Amino acid sequence: MLNSFKRRKGCMKNRAFKSLAIVESGRRVRFLGVHTGRGLQARLSAMGMIPGVEIDVISNSDHGPFIIAVKGSRIMLGRGMASKIVVG
Amino acid sequence: MKTKIVVALAGNPNSGKTTIFNNWTGTRQHVGNYPGVTVERKEGFCRHGNVEIEVVDLPGTYSLTAYSAEEVVARNFIIDEKPDVVVDIIDSSNIERNLYLAVQFVELGVPLVLAFNMSDTAKARGHEFDIKMLSRFFGAPIVQTIGNKGTGMRELLDAVVRVANTGDGNRVGNIDYGREIEEEISGIESLIRKDDMLSRRYSARWLAVKLLENDRDVWAKINSPELEAQVEKSASRIEKITGEHPETAIAGRRYGFISGACQEAVRSTIEIRHTASDRIDAVVTNRILGIPIFLGFMYLVFQLTFTLGNSPMDWIDAGFGWLGNVVGGWWAPGSESLLKSLLVDGIIAGVGGVVIFLPNILLLFLAIAILEDSGYMARAAFIMDRLMHKIGLHGKSFIPMLVGFGCTIPAIMATRTLENRRDRLATMLVLPLISCGARLPIYVLIIPAFFPQAWEGRMLWIIYMTGITLAILLAKLLRISLLKGESVPFVMELPPYRMPTVKGVFIHMWERGRLFLKKAGTVILGVSVLLWAATTFPGLPESVKAHFENEINKVQVSSMAKEVKAERIDTIANETAEAALEYSLAGRMGHALEPVFAPMGFDWRLVTPVIGAIAAKEVFVAQLGIVFSVGEADEESGSLRSRLRARYTPLTGFCILLFMLIVAPCMATFAVMKSESGSWGWAIFQFAGLTVLAWILTVIVYQAGSLAGIGI
Repeated sequence: MLNSFKRRKGCMKNRAFKSLAIVESGRRVRFLGVHTGRGLQARLSAMGMIPGVEIDVISNSDHGPFIIAVKGSRIMLGRGMASKIVVG
Repeated sequence: MKTKIVVALAGNPNSGKTTIFNNWTGTRQHVGNYPGVTVERKEGFCRHGNVEIEVVDLPGTYSLTAYSAEEVVARNFIIDEKPDVVVDIIDSSNIERNLYLAVQFVELGVPLVLAFNMSDTAKARGHEFDIKMLSRFFGAPIVQTIGNKGTGMRELLDAVVRVANTGDGNRVGNIDYGREIEEEISGIESLIRKDDMLSRRYSARWLAVKLLENDRDVWAKINSPELEAQVEKSASRIEKITGEHPETAIAGRRYGFISGACQEAVRSTIEIRHTASDRIDAVVTNRILGIPIFLGFMYLVFQLTFTLGNSPMDWIDAGFGWLGNVVGGWWAPGSESLLKSLLVDGIIAGVGGVVIFLPNILLLFLAIAILEDSGYMARAAFIMDRLMHKIGLHGKSFIPMLVGFGCTIPAIMATRTLENRRDRLATMLVLPLISCGARLPIYVLIIPAFFPQAWEGRMLWIIYMTGITLAILLAKLLRISLLKGESVPFVMELPPYRMPTVKGVFIHMWERGRLFLKKAGTVILGVSVLLWAATTFPGLPESVKAHFENEINKVQVSSMAKEVKAERIDTIANETAEAALEYSLAGRMGHALEPVFAPMGFDWRLVTPVIGAIAAKEVFVAQLGIVFSVGEADEESGSLRSRLRARYTPLTGFCILLFMLIVAPCMATFAVMKSESGSWGWAIFQFAGLTVLAWILTVIVYQAGSLAGIGI
C-alpha cells in the first residue's frame, strides 16, 4: 500500500507525509497508507480506512488513548499502530 | 408459501444486532459454539403469522474476508447452510461503514433484507434517507427500525417472509470495480468456470474477487497451479496500475460505490456527532483519571458479585442442607444405607456445591452486560491494554483475571469478550492460577497451623502473589510458544455510549446462568457420584466393622461419665471414618500415589484429600478432617491444626499451599474449559499441565528447603 503514495507523489507534491502519531488533536488529515501486515490492512479498510479517506484526530495526548474519527465512527488505536499509519 | 424458514442476522459490531435478536426470539434462544472455534453460535425461534422462523445470530463483523474466526464463521454459515434470508442490521447513524458489509452480501448473491437500525439516532443526527432509492441501489428491501424500542420489528419480519417466498431481495449482484480490475476478474473467472467442482459451489465472480483479495480461506480450497499463476499475475498488474494491493483497491471501489449511493440518497442536515460521547471519553479515558475510574468500577462489580451474592448463596446452601436432611430422614436413624449415602453425601452435596455459585455468576454477568452494553468495556480494554500487552495479553484479559479471584468458572466464561482466539486461550489457560474463593479455606486452615501469627498475612499475600506471577509468566510463555502469533495491534471501534436495555441485560445474564447450570451441572453430577463411590467403596470388611461396633458397645456398657462416654464414641466413630477412607478406593489411591508425592513431603494422608479436591477445592479441608479422624472439619478447626503441626514441618505446610495453588483446576472448571474452548484437548492440557507444573515446583521447593534446612 505504501507504493501507492510513493507513486502518487507527483500529484501530491505540496503535501507532507507524516505519521499519524504526530498529528495533534482536532486536526483533519488524509489517510494514505500503513506499514503493516496485509491482514491488518484489510481490517483497517473494512473499518473504512482506505487511501484518501479523511481522518479527524479526536484525541492524541501523551499517555491517553489515540482516538480518530473515520466515516462517522470512532476508532481507538494503540500508539504503535498510529505511528505506522502514514497521512498527508 | 414456506412455513419454515431460516434467517441469518448479520451486521457490524455495535449495530444493535443482538437487541433485534432478543426482540424476535425472547427467551427462545440457544447458545453454543461453532465446532472447533471459540465463536459463539446463537440460535432462536420466533413465529410470524403462520411462519416458523429459525433465527441464527451471526457474529458481528465488519467484512466477510477471512481475517478473523468470526468472519469465517459468518461467511461459511451463509455459503454452506444457505439461509432463506440474510438480514443485515445497519447502524443507520453510521451508514457508510455499515453498508460495506451489505455490499459484500450483495456480491455473494444472497436473498437480502437491510434493517436501518437506530433510525432515531440517525434522525437526531440529521440524516435523511431516500429509502426507495437506496433499496434500488442495493437490490434489497430496506426497513427502518429502532431496536431498543422495538419499532419496526413487525415490518422487518414482513419483509423477511416476503423475500423468503419470492426469492428476490437481491437483483443487483455486482459492483463495478472499474475497467482495470474488471478485466483481471473476468480472466480469473473464466479459469474458475473450467473447474466444475468449484463453480458448482461458488459463484465464479465471487471466487475471483476473493482470490484477488488474497483470502486465505478461499485459497485453501484451490488446488490449481494455473489459477494461482493467473491470480498472481493479475494482482501484480493491479498493483502496478493502481499502486495499491488488490484488496485495498477492491475495498476502495466498494466504498466508492457506497459513497456514490449515499451522495444521491442520503441527506445530512446537521453536523453534530458523538459530542456527548466525546465529552464522557475525555474524562473516562483521561490519563490520570482513567485507571482510578476503571478500578472504581471493578470494585463495584466485585462488591456486587460477592457481597450481594452472599445471602442467596446462604439460602441455596441452607436449601440443599434442608433437602439433605429431608432425604436423610427417610431412613430410620442407625439403619445405614448405601442409597442414603449416595443421595445425601454424593448427589445432593455434590450438586449443591456447584449450584451455590449461581448467584455469583448471575450477578457478575449482570454487571458485565451493563458495562458492555453501555459501551464502557471498549474503553476499559484500552485503559488496561498497555499493562496487559507487556504480559502478552490483551487489555480485555484483565477483567477475567480479576473475576478469577472470586471463582474461575465465571472468569473463564468472561473471556468471551476477547475476540482473538489466541489471547482468549492464553487467558483461559492461566486463569486457575489466580486463587479463587474456594482455595481460601485451604489457606486459612494451613497457614495458622504452621506459621507464627505475625507471618499469617504475609504468607497469604505470598501465595496470592505467587499465583499472579506464575499466571503472568505462563501467559507470556504460552504466547511465545504454543499460542504464538502476531499480537494483534490495538484497533477497536469505540461505540457511542448507550443506555443498556433491561431486556438485553437480563437475557444476557440468564443465558450465562443457564449455560453454567447445564454444562457444569451435568458433569459435576457425574463426578460427584464417582468421587462419592471412590471414597465409599470398597466398604470396610465386616470383621473390622464389627470390631469398631464392639468398641462402641464396650464404651456404652462401661461405667464412664456421660460426657466422657459421648466423647469416646465420637473418637471411635472418627476412627471408623478414617479406617473406611483409608480402605476405600480413594484411600488406596492415596497410598498407591504416595511414592509420587514423597519427593515433596506428602504422605497418603495428604494425597487422599488432594484427590478429593478435584471435585471442588474446599473438599480438601473436609477430607483432611476425615483422614486425621477429627470428624467434620472446617477451616477454623483447631484440633485439625494441632494434628497437622504434630505430623508435618512448616516446609511441608508451605508445600501444601503451593501445591494446592497450582494443581489441576476443579471439575467444574474442567467442564467449563471444555465447553468454552470447544475441545477436550485444551481442557486436558490445562488440567495435566498445571498438575505437572505443581509437582515440579513443589518438589523443587521441598528439596531445596530440605537441603538448606529451612522450615524443617
